[in-house]
Amino acid sequence: MTSALHVSARPGFALAGAILLLVLPLGLLAVDQPFYIVLASRILVFALIASSLNLLIGYGGMISFGHAAFVGIGAYTVAGLMQAGIVSAWLAWPIAMLAGAVLALGIGWISLRTSGVYFIMITLAFAQMAYYAIISLKLLGGDDGLSLGGRSALLPGIDLKADLSFYYVALACFAASLAFLHRLINAELGRALQGVRDNETRMEALGFPTYRIKLAAFIIAGALAGLGGALLANLTGLVSPSLLHWTQSGALMIMVILGGAGRLLGGAIGAAVLLIIEEVLRDYTIHWQLGVGVVLLAIVLFAPSGLAGGLAGLRQRRQA
Amino acid sequence: MTLILFVEQCLNGVQLGLMLFLLAAGLTLVFGIMDMINLAHGSLYMIGAYLAATVIEATGSFLLGAGAAMIGTGLIGAALEVSLFRQLYRRSHLNQVLATFALILIANETVRMIWGAQPILLNMPEALAGPVEPVEGFRYPAYRLAVIAVGAAVALLLYVMVVHTRLGMRVRAGASDRDMANVMGVDTRRLFTLVFAIGAGLCALAGAMLGPILAVQVGMGENILILAFVVIVIGGIGSIRGALVGALLVGLIDTAGRAFLPGLLRHVFPPTIASEAGPALASILIYVLMASVLYFRPRGLFPARG
Repeated sequence: MTSALHVSARPGFALAGAILLLVLPLGLLAVDQPFYIVLASRILVFALIASSLNLLIGYGGMISFGHAAFVGIGAYTVAGLMQAGIVSAWLAWPIAMLAGAVLALGIGWISLRTSGVYFIMITLAFAQMAYYAIISLKLLGGDDGLSLGGRSALLPGIDLKADLSFYYVALACFAASLAFLHRLINAELGRALQGVRDNETRMEALGFPTYRIKLAAFIIAGALAGLGGALLANLTGLVSPSLLHWTQSGALMIMVILGGAGRLLGGAIGAAVLLIIEEVLRDYTIHWQLGVGVVLLAIVLFAPSGLAGGLAGLRQRRQA
Repeated sequence: MTLILFVEQCLNGVQLGLMLFLLAAGLTLVFGIMDMINLAHGSLYMIGAYLAATVIEATGSFLLGAGAAMIGTGLIGAALEVSLFRQLYRRSHLNQVLATFALILIANETVRMIWGAQPILLNMPEALAGPVEPVEGFRYPAYRLAVIAVGAAVALLLYVMVVHTRLGMRVRAGASDRDMANVMGVDTRRLFTLVFAIGAGLCALAGAMLGPILAVQVGMGENILILAFVVIVIGGIGSIRGALVGALLVGLIDTAGRAFLPGLLRHVFPPTIASEAGPALASILIYVLMASVLYFRPRGLFPARG
């Protein structure tokens, strides 16, 4: 045990997870359920996006209610570039990340002057502005959105149109982002960020540039969400203003809280659990939302620190 | 002609503002006193509208319907407070968000199971269905005037209650310092339940009155919830006065933007762009308002806490 702020990776656990995710689609193909590969890709993309939001909510104490704006701008960047004839993923995806980062710089610049509930609402305000701005832009399809001609081109040998290869690309992006976030959280910036979350006044008194630290985290999260948006646009083949709707921001927040804010895998677990519950219940009943609501309520009452927190609690109790 | 249009839009704006105030009043008190983020506030509005529609359908009386909706929703609110919300007050805001989001899903689906997915029709009382002509050449729907009158009366009543009664004093004490109010002998448990029930009843009143103007349908609570949050953040959380000012500001600016912005844009841009962008830009206005208010006054216009 190094320090309270250190987030350990547990190599064995990570390796097992990686192997499982690598062979999962082959297993699905073996039992002839290729549809679930698309669902799994969707979960990976949302796991990436929710993890980026978790950096803000869980590690920075910044409850952003406007994360869908960054996802949306990333998705629209890819779609717009594709319309302009730029299909290379190596060009379009970094530009999508850049777009997310620049938007986050703008929004964070102003929003981070407020805190608490007012921060929640001001991020929502900016996301709503982005939402209505996209709708008013005829160039980007307005209400209807844009449909992508195809998927981005990655390498000559890899055809992203195949769901299997897209799954592995999504997996690679998710794994890289998670590894990056893990490094970041344990690096100086990440430690300082957690310090600001716990006691901003004290960090300020110690001479840390707290505003700049929070802004840096905000920009990083925006860039990762932009990447998630780029993947999402490729996955669905369609971008529409609904990507930026506040209910999307809400769903992302729910994923983070559900999985466990401030847990490395919190966002990923939340995304997987929420999307899987939805999928399963949808098969059983048209009233699946009722089921989702009851499950969420039960989780919040019995596992206040999220599923990842609940699991860690169980493990500690067993060890004690 | 333009003067008539202007007056008409102002009245529409005041009407929207007063209805928003009915929603925001409960929300800001729950938020201010109990430090509780209640996303399900919009669901109470929806339940109120459905209850009103059902009772009006059965009895034919709008008054009876609105009254029953207020009492019914107030009771539902009180039951929710006692059974669930009490457990959430001491939890983190994140927990409250998740729990009340779950409640939205449950409420939406329950309403869909009981009343079906189709929007239902709520007719305005027949006596108020026509227009009135207060001034020669200016016709305005009588029902909308009635909504303004009721909204203004309730706002006044609420103001008197909060500012001039013992109950209101306790509420204000709770909003500015909950622990201190507790120490000074305010029974906050009962106070919370009461405030919650009143807030729910006001939601139902707004739902019943807006029912004939907007559609009564599943999900009607969510969009208006966001507007109500905008209102209380602009006004300052926990402040009734702030909620009233914020609600009127939002109502007027939103209505005026929708009515006049497309026309103004037409002077600057080609008509096709103006008619496309106008409505969307009008929707942005209130968020620009909120962001600028927070930029200059990060705690809203009338902060309740010292």
